[in-house]
Amino acid sequence: MAHHVVPQKIYLLVFATLILLTLVTVDVAFYDLGLLNLYVALAIAVTKATIVILYFMHVKYSSRLVWVFVGSGFFWLAILLALTLSDFFTRGWSPLPSGWTSMIMP
Amino acid sequence: MSETHSVLAHQFDDLEQQFEASTLGMWAFLITEVLFFGGLFTGYAVYRSQYPLAFAEGSLHLDYRIGAINTAVLICSSLTMALAVRSAQLGRRRSLIGFLLLTMLLGSVFLGIKVFEYSHKYHEHLIPGINFVPPHEFIRFHVDPQQLYVFLSFYFAMTGMHALHMIIGVSVLAVLVVLAWRGRFSSEYYNPVEVAGLYWHFVDIVWIFLFPLLYLISRS
Repeated sequence: MAHHVVPQKIYLLVFATLILLTLVTVDVAFYDLGLLNLYVALAIAVTKATIVILYFMHVKYSSRLVWVFVGSGFFWLAILLALTLSDFFTRGWSPLPSGWTSMIMP
Repeated sequence: MSETHSVLAHQFDDLEQQFEASTLGMWAFLITEVLFFGGLFTGYAVYRSQYPLAFAEGSLHLDYRIGAINTAVLICSSLTMALAVRSAQLGRRRSLIGFLLLTMLLGSVFLGIKVFEYSHKYHEHLIPGINFVPPHEFIRFHVDPQQLYVFLSFYFAMTGMHALHMIIGVSVLAVLVVLAWRGRFSSEYYNPVEVAGLYWHFVDIVWIFLFPLLYLISRS
């Protein structure tokens, strides 16, 4: 059985990157970037998660079938987030029909 | 040859196929976990958009330094877990046991810090449902205590679920240490170590998102 044994150096490099990104995410939180703060924090978190999945979880060295499994998981997560949030975030867009309230509270 | 047969379940053609099946099975489970935590994160997103100031105020009640230290502890534990799997791949029994124990230790340190944090919140009367008294003074934003209550509920539900996963992870590693001690793993067969590693790294990823979303709102 020939499994890919990842060199120790790569694991240490991944570790250093993750620690560095943690320091960056803490530091950047202290700058007032408005809404960007959230997106920068999320971008860093997604980067860290991707590194962990590719190297620590060996997905980079895994079969195509594993890639499909992992991809489908995050695809479903995207559906969960996109459909739910597109509902909640757009509720304020349409004004309440005034006819309704006038019927209930004349 | 006889050893190969003892670890190869009869439904598989060879060890490679068995390894692929166990990895895929673990990923299928992890997908359900992604969606489980995804539900919590979605709820978080909805309420944060409704009560942005309460979430900002609530976040200031958490100690980001403790959160950052715990993030570092978990990243260290992921490194030792990855090295444990590597030791198993190379058939190094002693270093496998060593790295597994180190991972358990780091996981326990994380949980210990979490217990400290939770008890601190208890003394501050900030645990929804158990000990919650609306704070008299706010750190920056004067918000409706009920909205603060919502933030804290998310904080405890999400970190609590994460901590439960950590406890399960440490227990799984304890079983692996015993199995490794008995010499059950070899470079030919180490599937349980590999899938336990996948689980451990997944729990690490959940925390990678929890840390900035809970501790680092509006620090500027």
